[in-house]
Amino acid sequence: MHIPDGFISTGTAAVSWLASAGSVGYAVRRVNRQLGERQVPLMGVTAAFIFAAQMMNFTVAGGTSGHLLGGALAAILLGPWAGMLVLTSVLVVQALLFQDGGLVALGANVLNMAVIGVLVGWVVYTGLRRLLSDRPWATWVSGFAAAWLSVVIASLAAAVELAVSGTSPWGVALPAMGLVHMLIGIGEGLITVAVLAFLRVTRPDLLTLYQKAQGA
Amino acid sequence: MDLVKKRWWIIGLLLALIVAFLSPLASPHPDGLERVAEDHGFLERAREAPYQLIPDYLFPGIENEAAATITAGVVGTLLIFGLMYGLAWVLRQRTQSHGS
Repeated sequence: MHIPDGFISTGTAAVSWLASAGSVGYAVRRVNRQLGERQVPLMGVTAAFIFAAQMMNFTVAGGTSGHLLGGALAAILLGPWAGMLVLTSVLVVQALLFQDGGLVALGANVLNMAVIGVLVGWVVYTGLRRLLSDRPWATWVSGFAAAWLSVVIASLAAAVELAVSGTSPWGVALPAMGLVHMLIGIGEGLITVAVLAFLRVTRPDLLTLYQKAQGA
Repeated sequence: MDLVKKRWWIIGLLLALIVAFLSPLASPHPDGLERVAEDHGFLERAREAPYQLIPDYLFPGIENEAAATITAGVVGTLLIFGLMYGLAWVLRQRTQSHGS
């Protein structure tokens, strides 16, 4: 859902730039105080994987495709602040080098996917984990729900920006973006759970790296 | 085994590169936002980027489309890894110098 230039108005772009710059600045300050030794390479690997996975579009329905956004995955592995920086880096490189997502619209794309996508993923995952406590399937259910909802809410944020800009009426943008991303979100959920399951089998310590760093 | 434990991130990076190598298999259909823009008549509002470096994830100067996609994917994956690793490393150094 990378917004190209031309889809949103200058005013919407400016407000989004301010909101995302403020959020990313806050994330830098938070990460600054709490980054563990192994979180440095984990941030690099997570960013590299999300970039590569974002190239792997999968068909959903009616000649439409989607791809992993990775906001929930990054939040689960790295916490919300480092996760926000990972998604922001991916989006900045995509806009500057790959002309994927506009330069004027970069603030909006960071706001939707790196700020809102990551925070929604984090809140839903930690909330559900607490609710489901020790049940063996808690990780998978929470991971899937966090991934699905992060994509749907991010797409609704994009729809709001399109509507505010006068590009598409509210009654069209919100349901159209929401519905197609409810389908794409299923793919996001499946990939997120698959990565979490792979890590549980191979390196379970990496799954709890952030919680451990918080407790220390 | 010791190497695998200490250098686990190399394996993670290799897995990301494998995904980049598979990227020519990606679905060619427009994504969710493009689909909505097409169906509801605002796709033509999209403006061309002011410059083009690696547009459409095709590395310029490579005839074969799959090879161009793979090259773009590998370059991007390595670049993102280096950038993120470097940034996180700098932030961690600052963490230590604060001594908290």
